[in-house]
Amino acid sequence: MTASVLLPPALALFLGAAFMTVAHGRLRAAVMLLAPLAALALVWQTPDGNAGISGFLGYDLVLVRGDRLSRWFGTVFALMAFAGGLFALNQESRLEAVAAQVYAGGALGVVFAGDLLTTFVFWEIMALASTAVVWSAGGASRAAGLRYLLIHLLGGVLLMVGLAGEAQATGNLAFNAMTPDTPARWLILAGFLINAGAPPLSAWLPDAYPQSSYSGMVVLSAFTTKTAVYVLLRGFPGAEILIWVGLYMVFYGIVYAILENDMRRILAYSIVNQVGFMVAGIGIGTELALNGAASHAFAHIIYKALLLMSAGSVLYMTGKSKCTELGGLFRSMPLTAVCGIVGALAISAFPFTSGFVTKSMISDAAGQEKLMLVWILLAAGSAGVFLHAGIKFPWFVFFQRDSGLRPPDPPLNMRAAMVLFSFLCILLGVAPGLLYRWLPFTSTYEPYTADHVVTQLQLLLFSGLAFFMLLGVLRRTPTVTLDIDWFYRRLGPAAAAALGKIIGSAWKNTAGATGQATADIGGLIGRVARESVLARAQASGTMALFAVLMLAVYLVVEFVR
Amino acid sequence: MIATHLPALQVVIPLLAAPICAMLRRGSHAWAWATVVSWTMPVIAVAILLQVLEGGTISYWIGSWEPPWGIEYRIDTANAFVLVLVSAIGAVVMPYARASLEREMPADRQVWYYTMYLLCLTGLLGMAATGDAFNVFVFMEIASLSSYVLIALGRDRRALVAAYQYLIVGTIGATFYVIGVGFLYVMTGTLNIADLAERLPLVENQRPVFVGLAFLTVGLSLKLALFPLHFWLPGAYAHAPSVATAFLAASATKVAIYLMLRFFFTVFGASYPLADLAIPALWIALSLAAIVLASITAIYENDVKRMLAFSSVAQIGYITLGIGLNSEAGLTGSIVHLFNHGLMKGALFLLVGGIAYSTGAVTVDRIAGLARRMPLTFAGLVIGGMSMVGVPGTVGFVSKWYLVLAAVERGWWWLAVLIVASSVLALVYMGRLVEAAYFRPAPASSAGDQEMPLSMLVPAWVLVGACVYFGLDTGLTAEVAAQAARGLLGTP
Repeated sequence: MTASVLLPPALALFLGAAFMTVAHGRLRAAVMLLAPLAALALVWQTPDGNAGISGFLGYDLVLVRGDRLSRWFGTVFALMAFAGGLFALNQESRLEAVAAQVYAGGALGVVFAGDLLTTFVFWEIMALASTAVVWSAGGASRAAGLRYLLIHLLGGVLLMVGLAGEAQATGNLAFNAMTPDTPARWLILAGFLINAGAPPLSAWLPDAYPQSSYSGMVVLSAFTTKTAVYVLLRGFPGAEILIWVGLYMVFYGIVYAILENDMRRILAYSIVNQVGFMVAGIGIGTELALNGAASHAFAHIIYKALLLMSAGSVLYMTGKSKCTELGGLFRSMPLTAVCGIVGALAISAFPFTSGFVTKSMISDAAGQEKLMLVWILLAAGSAGVFLHAGIKFPWFVFFQRDSGLRPPDPPLNMRAAMVLFSFLCILLGVAPGLLYRWLPFTSTYEPYTADHVVTQLQLLLFSGLAFFMLLGVLRRTPTVTLDIDWFYRRLGPAAAAALGKIIGSAWKNTAGATGQATADIGGLIGRVARESVLARAQASGTMALFAVLMLAVYLVVEFVR
Repeated sequence: MIATHLPALQVVIPLLAAPICAMLRRGSHAWAWATVVSWTMPVIAVAILLQVLEGGTISYWIGSWEPPWGIEYRIDTANAFVLVLVSAIGAVVMPYARASLEREMPADRQVWYYTMYLLCLTGLLGMAATGDAFNVFVFMEIASLSSYVLIALGRDRRALVAAYQYLIVGTIGATFYVIGVGFLYVMTGTLNIADLAERLPLVENQRPVFVGLAFLTVGLSLKLALFPLHFWLPGAYAHAPSVATAFLAASATKVAIYLMLRFFFTVFGASYPLADLAIPALWIALSLAAIVLASITAIYENDVKRMLAFSSVAQIGYITLGIGLNSEAGLTGSIVHLFNHGLMKGALFLLVGGIAYSTGAVTVDRIAGLARRMPLTFAGLVIGGMSMVGVPGTVGFVSKWYLVLAAVERGWWWLAVLIVASSVLALVYMGRLVEAAYFRPAPASSAGDQEMPLSMLVPAWVLVGACVYFGLDTGLTAEVAAQAARGLLGTP
């Protein structure tokens, strides 16, 4: 196949999104479902090889790079876009529907981008579109969405500077495996890691995602962090620091999820935790570990979306999301409960679910590399997953005490989306060969050995036991937990306000500045910029004075040199 | 052979055309005459650029007097590129001018507008073309005096105040410039730029040369509106007639920047004013202050023309930043941004002028919901805004790319991060316009608003299209800018 007929898979979703801005009703719904299927078809007809344009600023841009890894992620992203669209059919907000489609298109663009600049462009499209998804929920999502956007723009800045440095040093923009050994590459790595939810900025994820709508969080959970996994897998396989970053994320997610009361925030922390496993796998860097990270991403997208659909259904039907306000819903929402449990079993890597056949590859890779400590920590992390997501979520929402709520199961399309993903969770667990055939790196792996199954069951059994023994401690009360984001949500503005006070009193001319005590950093700088003598409209005499001052500055500089 | 006289024709044609224009009694005649004249300008400029690219620097002796005694027009890649920019913008705005000015001023004044416009064009092209430091001053005065009139012709009475302030400040700038040239003349006995470059090394470390340089730098900084000498600019741009704003924003400051480049690099030689750290450090600090403070001011500005004017101050900061970086990549970024910013700010001011055509004043609140009534105008505004932010695929990205490369080349990662991060500020102030126009409900008072006439829309979209075209096909602008940078640095 030649470049001229090669269509980027992302195009299907972008065109779909453009169409959805004008279409209404059933037509819009049809596009919402058909565009992802068209993208899926394009993913599968993308051949190995590169297609793009050359000579942009003297660099070759590869808009579409087909290989096993890109098709692997492309497949699950297109699937996710389809199921997310199906689940969101009753969503009133047109903005969310369009933004979600653009967001998915950006993700597909990233996984097929063959150079750093193209990657960056789609990366930023994702950042903007996902912010729009958060914002479309309205209300409290505005501030959270803004924080989310700023952090992702910061990530984009690091990435842009890094890729400029890489271009400067190597003379090309090709995006292939690198080792982090120059400042430019460290910047690229940092830019990638911010999207993965890595420390110290993990907090953006549980801050913003739960503010989105019941359907918005389903799509948000899939793309940003998993494209980050993809680019790390492509760019930095075997970078040792990733092992430790990943392990930090694993335990960060567990600790905060256990402390958390809001079911969707629990699941948000659990995303960080699960991505931690993948990042650690990428850090280990053997073919088995990379296969493990890629397939775990694949399985994770499906079961995490399933869990969030289940949680989203509860939110949609009850309007509540705090564990303390929910409970006993299995009576009236049996299908939602069953699907939630399937997702919970899959995330816990229960045998015969998708999580089991993927996660064990990562810990096995650690074992094969004789990384004893890593292996132990991963095993402990697995137990923790069962504790916080595997039991805690379904237990507090669907069982526990009876909250008295009796909502029915959600509408047909939402049930269909949940059943589809439940089916996939089990299918991949029962017949892992379907998955393994297409793995990015060819290898043979057998998950169902007696050793594996027994180890995993023991792990699950004991952590399950621990959960119920510690139930008294784990029972949630409405609490607030502190995270790094406290620094920029509370400390930063407070410090800025204090600074404002000091500057304000020192600067008598700017009378307004004293009123800045409660303003945030932006407001402060804005006030200085607006009202300070430097930016205001000036009398001609002042302008002349400035000209003389500048002359004096130049003379002094030149005479003292 | 007419080809050899092109440099003179570039300046003489609009100069002679101006008095003829003044004698035409009707605005439409004056418009037709000025349009014909200004459309010949880019033809000549492109021909000159091609000659330079092919055959190297052109030296044209006015009246065949041999330099350094006679006046020489000396054109290399750098000023040929500036000539193309100025003349192209000058040509593009002319079809726009007619409908726009008919709305903004009575018929009898239109003749004076076109006359002054031709003189302003003469002055700007002359400043760029000439190779004589005093001749630069003469053209600077022609351009300045005519642009004071252009600004004062604005329909708002505040235009008079703005023009007056610009007059005071512009005169100070020109005076400083001529004092600086005077110091250099006293020390070297020559006014020819190429000759100055040869003689200055002989008197290099003497104080009058420093003083001359200081006066020149401050004078030109005023003209190019380098922070903190930018005060005149927002008022002038906000209150001038829409088409004058677009023309001046895209060309006048750019010519002053070109002169700064010429003096820093050709006259003093890259080794001298920028050699030790003090001046580049000061220059970079001022540029960064311009970028950050002017952008933030733009964010809080409610009048859209003033917002774009502050954005101009910020964007000029990027151009001067490249000068401070003093490397091939930095200068390439500067020169290409000089061109690119001309395109995008020209486009944006034309579009906003088109909104003003319908609404009168253009504030952020006034444009709420207007995107539905003026879809083409706001589509252009979105593209121009993306260019201002520096989205890949638009010209804004190309310029920032070279600046970031230059910062990285020096190992100044913090500066690279600042350059990219400052794009976020542009995203905020352009985003405010987009948010208001697309996502806010339209007030009932805007029911009568409609798209500007086609004669205005097409020129605006020509510039919008150029923002995208030169953003994708970077071969032309970036290559020429790189060659101009090498010429200024004296590297092959």
